[in-house]
Amino acid sequence: MGDNFTMRLPKPKGLYLDRSKTITFVFAGKHYQGLQGDSIASALAANNERLLSRSFKYHRPRGILTMAGRDANTLVQVEDEPNVRADTYAITEGLEVFAQNVYGSLENDWGRFIEHIGRFLPVGFYYKAFYKPKGIWKYWDTIIRNFAGLGKVDVNATPYASDKAYRFCDVVVIGGGPAGLSAALQAANAGAEVILVDENQLLGGSLNYVRFNSNNSQTLLTREKLVNAVTNHPAINIYTNAMCTGWFADNWLAIMCEQRMLKLRSQVVVAATGSIEQPAIFRNNDLPGVMLGSAAQRLIYLYGVAPGKLAVVLTGNDDGYGVALDLIDSGIEVQAIVEMRTTPSHSSLAAAINAKNIRILQGYTVYEAIPGAGKRSITHAVIHQISSEGTVNENSHKIACDLICMSAGYTPAAQLLCHSGGQLKYDEADAILKVTQLPAHGQSVAAGSLNSVFEIDAVLADGKYAGWLAATNAGFPNNEPANVPHHVGAQGQNYPWPIFPHPKGRDFIDVDEDLQVKDIVNAVKDGYDDLELVKRYSTVVMGPSQGRQSALNNMRLVTKEANRSLNGITITTQRPPYSPEFIQHLVGKAFQPVKHTAIHYRHLECNAQMMSAGLWLRPAYYGNPENKDTCIEKENLAVRNNVGIVDVSTLGKLEIRGPDAAEFLNRMYTFAYAKQLIHRSRYVLMTDSTGVIIDDGVACRLGEHHFYVTATTGGVDGVYRNMLRWNTEWNLNLDIANVTAAYAAVNLAGPNSRDVLSCLTDDIELSAQQFSDMEVRTGHIAKIPARILRVGFVGELGYEIHVPANQGEALWDALMKTGEEFEIRPFGVEAQRLLRLEKGHIIVNQDTDGLTIPQETNMGWAIAQKKPFYMGKRAIDVMSARSLDRLLVGFTMPSDAPLPEECNLVVNNNEITGRVTSVAYSPTLKSIIGLAFVSPDQSEIGKQFNIKLSNSAIVKATVCPTPFYDPENKRQEM
Amino acid sequence: MPFSLLKYGFSKVHPSERHFQNLAELKSSYDVVIVGGGGHGLATAYYLAKQWGITNVAVLEKGYLAGGNTARNTAIIRSNYLTPEGVRFYDESIKLFQNLSNEFDYNILYSERGHLTLAHTDAAMRTSRWRAEVNKHLGVNSEVVYPDELAKLCPHLNLSQKVRYPIMGALHHPPGAIARHDAVAWGYARGASDRGVEIHTHTEVTGFNFENGRVIGVKTNRGDIRCGKVLQAVAGLSSEVSKLAGFKLPIKSIPLQACVSEPVKPFLDIIVVSGSLHVYVSQSSRGELVMGSASDPYPLYSTRSTLEFKEELMMHLLELFPFVGKLKLLRQWAGTADMTPDFSPVMGITPIQNYYIDAGWGTWGFKATPVCGTRMAETLATDKVPDLIKPFELERFYRFDQLGERGAASVGH
Repeated sequence: MGDNFTMRLPKPKGLYLDRSKTITFVFAGKHYQGLQGDSIASALAANNERLLSRSFKYHRPRGILTMAGRDANTLVQVEDEPNVRADTYAITEGLEVFAQNVYGSLENDWGRFIEHIGRFLPVGFYYKAFYKPKGIWKYWDTIIRNFAGLGKVDVNATPYASDKAYRFCDVVVIGGGPAGLSAALQAANAGAEVILVDENQLLGGSLNYVRFNSNNSQTLLTREKLVNAVTNHPAINIYTNAMCTGWFADNWLAIMCEQRMLKLRSQVVVAATGSIEQPAIFRNNDLPGVMLGSAAQRLIYLYGVAPGKLAVVLTGNDDGYGVALDLIDSGIEVQAIVEMRTTPSHSSLAAAINAKNIRILQGYTVYEAIPGAGKRSITHAVIHQISSEGTVNENSHKIACDLICMSAGYTPAAQLLCHSGGQLKYDEADAILKVTQLPAHGQSVAAGSLNSVFEIDAVLADGKYAGWLAATNAGFPNNEPANVPHHVGAQGQNYPWPIFPHPKGRDFIDVDEDLQVKDIVNAVKDGYDDLELVKRYSTVVMGPSQGRQSALNNMRLVTKEANRSLNGITITTQRPPYSPEFIQHLVGKAFQPVKHTAIHYRHLECNAQMMSAGLWLRPAYYGNPENKDTCIEKENLAVRNNVGIVDVSTLGKLEIRGPDAAEFLNRMYTFAYAKQLIHRSRYVLMTDSTGVIIDDGVACRLGEHHFYVTATTGGVDGVYRNMLRWNTEWNLNLDIANVTAAYAAVNLAGPNSRDVLSCLTDDIELSAQQFSDMEVRTGHIAKIPARILRVGFVGELGYEIHVPANQGEALWDALMKTGEEFEIRPFGVEAQRLLRLEKGHIIVNQDTDGLTIPQETNMGWAIAQKKPFYMGKRAIDVMSARSLDRLLVGFTMPSDAPLPEECNLVVNNNEITGRVTSVAYSPTLKSIIGLAFVSPDQSEIGKQFNIKLSNSAIVKATVCPTPFYDPENKRQEM
Repeated sequence: MPFSLLKYGFSKVHPSERHFQNLAELKSSYDVVIVGGGGHGLATAYYLAKQWGITNVAVLEKGYLAGGNTARNTAIIRSNYLTPEGVRFYDESIKLFQNLSNEFDYNILYSERGHLTLAHTDAAMRTSRWRAEVNKHLGVNSEVVYPDELAKLCPHLNLSQKVRYPIMGALHHPPGAIARHDAVAWGYARGASDRGVEIHTHTEVTGFNFENGRVIGVKTNRGDIRCGKVLQAVAGLSSEVSKLAGFKLPIKSIPLQACVSEPVKPFLDIIVVSGSLHVYVSQSSRGELVMGSASDPYPLYSTRSTLEFKEELMMHLLELFPFVGKLKLLRQWAGTADMTPDFSPVMGITPIQNYYIDAGWGTWGFKATPVCGTRMAETLATDKVPDLIKPFELERFYRFDQLGERGAASVGH
């Protein structure tokens, strides 16, 4: 352990800290103490521990780089959570933090041997080797795979509680820095409802940690004033610790806020997301002790931790002088300011440094950092005079230090903006990426340093202007702020070429992916000279920080190597999320609806085994699973010999009403409905525009202008959607309603069904003469208003009774009670499938597939040839004119033959000619029966064909006519 | 340490020749112009040069090399299709894939992981069996497996019955593989370029020149060129390019999205697909989970991302792997899938003489790259459509003679 607390700075430094609370936590097996408000990295830094992780490829020691959760150097494992950003993750009492992706220990990771063979691992090395001799790759694949990945998921973890919430506002401001605060205030004052989102725990952004002037008290006052005004404003809703991760079409934003995802819709978005400081490139720029100037400032101001003891500040802009002043104020000795620019800075910050007699080396750069023991720290900075862009001469100094701060410039945090259509282009004059296009769909505004405005007064003015514009665009007219310059350029903010390749390498462009300058240069040499190709070939910018620290320098380097001009170049596509999102947050409370029929609990009381049918649950059969076959057989026989009852509430149900209802059905379905009599039902068959069967059911004509149409359980949503869509085009005079869940329905079937029903109605005449097969009645069953259909799906005398859903249970109870003396038996889907198979009825999507046309299933009878049009007619007419490739036939097999499985193939001389679509043993017929597609020459009644079983054995089946049971349909017509 | 890497360690200068030539000018005329520099176009160019000696070929790509769907797919390779035509076709593709690294002298990281298509309903079980039976009959290794075996094949898969859609079984396809998708295209590009094929990126085709119903030239943003034959291989924009050529395709272009997690240590070796839950997931050689779902519900040419896509996908993923809640999603993206009504592609001749097409690859084009390349090259070189791709000709739609792969293709990838 390092010196306890020696790096901790006194108040007022440490904005985030509550110094009254000490917290003990464990990191890499050792106990440490931090303060309430510390992040893992800041608490470790306070203990003078710098080593946080090992790098992805070479296992080099890594420490704090950004202190803002924007790099992979700080990735650690926290209990069962992999890839935690240690620099922003708050410590809690007893927190256990582990190093990840290390072999052995963090201190002594034997994975570092990879660095020693690094020169044999050029960029894209895996494309260049490991495949000779043929077949060897699978072994290498396994070895390389073992080195893959960073943290570990705990395969025993369980989902945790999280949910989602919805928010709406007139103006959302993303980013609570000076620009965002000003914008929010201005917009709210104009009357807009404003939501302000910031990823940090305190509002203020750069006001909290950047030294804008030599005397920073003005900045602190500004912050105080702004934050107070915003916090106390009734029209501003503030979300801190909230990460906006995506900006989707129509200003639909995802915001991760503690255990919750907020989904926010705003009329206007103000993006004030700031900018991201960029590293300089020199040898060993990745080691602990080398960090961004802003990282040092965050450590000092936010966490009250001194980032080192002896510092060198490398700078290419005026901000480096501010960093140096902050270091000095914190008691850190600044050995030198290494100024890459050749002309001295005239800023007040530089003047203050000059006043302190700090050495400034003008026109120099850090060329190399000298590592300490195990490369876990640095001991010196080797600085050289810059001779030309990216090169140095022999004029050099070696300066002792344990800290190198880099201030080389910025890149806009424009990721969110780009998600939604914004664009960036490189401006060579200012050596910076600038926003050149805002999202197209909604009057959005960018403000602050995102907008290339850096000088603090201009930033505040730019925010105010953005707030004005946003409120105006959102419909809240207000006065344009006084004419103050708010869009001043970024001149001098970025040093144009902070890239100094070293002949010995280790000059990292991308620390996430362990890519050095030569890797990028060689990728271009290999021919991958588009930015996107370099990215894919080298994996640059593909790591956990998605190029935040590497995209700008990579872009500079690639363009130069490819001899192209930098001006106007754009970066690789920015994609959501802005910051990695927990899978659990995206899920929230999983919404996986289950639909219960009105009779659901009665089924459970009868010990039904339930099965999924689309979103619904339906009884598969009643009884214990170990007796499944017996149960199904008993249910089957009850229907055949006595009376059974099945819940068919899940059937799709549609009301079609209006003068054009019959015409509409004529177009939607293949059969003819214009002349259908009232109180009659008729089969409906729907085909798509290619003639393929997509649904079936029955249409009951309840009145001249009123049809009640059923559809399959799984198909009804599609049918309804289809109907709405087509009627939007046809504009017929009718109304379509999907009433599936409004009605409960049961089918009462079996020779005794009429006897049962007759006890329960006094307004429906049930005799065969008065109410024959395929007729429909409305009346009352057990005093419940009902629609009763005589349909024969299972092939017995039967009544399908539809009642309002809230009376479904009462209907069931009445039928069960009355049926008691007849020994009525409920039956489930399994028995129903068997019963219908005995009748040879098809089930759409089981006995048909994505290409089945009616003729192939012998349903030519269901097509009204003379109609001028129905959906699919043209295709069916074309296909009817030629011979069919296959036919659906019934077949039987002896009861002792091995039972084929559904989808076993029908073969003929090793050619596939079809498949079994339905098959079962029929207890009524005492043989195996089934339906199968066969080739036309196999389809003759009495012919045998071969079925190939799952175990490849061939069995014979005999084509036979359908229905298998009661071929003359006498029983359902009783 | 493989021998082939030694030269990189021991030489002072990076020992490399450009993998593809950087060309300044377009020639005035080519024997063959291939519109679209993705995997398919590059593969066709490669086989034209290698197998048929036709090297006066230009590949024109409006963006960067192989930057369309080749760059955006989730790199799954399999042949467990539903129709015999599909199975034979993709099986030939797998066989070509298995040899590509050595043929190219460029490692495409072809990794045979096995492929599971989960079934949560008896309808899905039936489709699984149908595919298994067709596959086995044609000599392709596929089998229906049940939960006890699934537990061995994919140890961390949630086989609990107490979820919304319990897993009933799966179609197991051991040859299922993933490969480095970009490397496949680059390998073809390098092989084609080495044999004299010209690859012109950032070159957009703006129209065609015809003479007596025959295509004779291509208009580009860099000038007009004459040509003998044209192959259109522009997944995602097929209908738009065919419109330039003057004929219609029965294609709808629909966004297809995908995403990756942050890298974690490998825990998932096999490729897992659930058609019912609209999930497919594999863990890459970098340790990222690579995930996708069904295509978006409406046609669009924009490759924007949506929030709803990942909310839905993650919900289902968490049902299959309930322990990944604290894993983080790193990136999402989208491509454009050209969907045909029967979920099978379109390859071969068109109503325009000398104008050939390779389109309608929906969500499954990557896995067909080698076979499509070699067979389209044969088509262009011999002017005869090989039997293997004959069932996929455009004309089938004029006759309503479809090739139904819906059962195997949707969310199959």
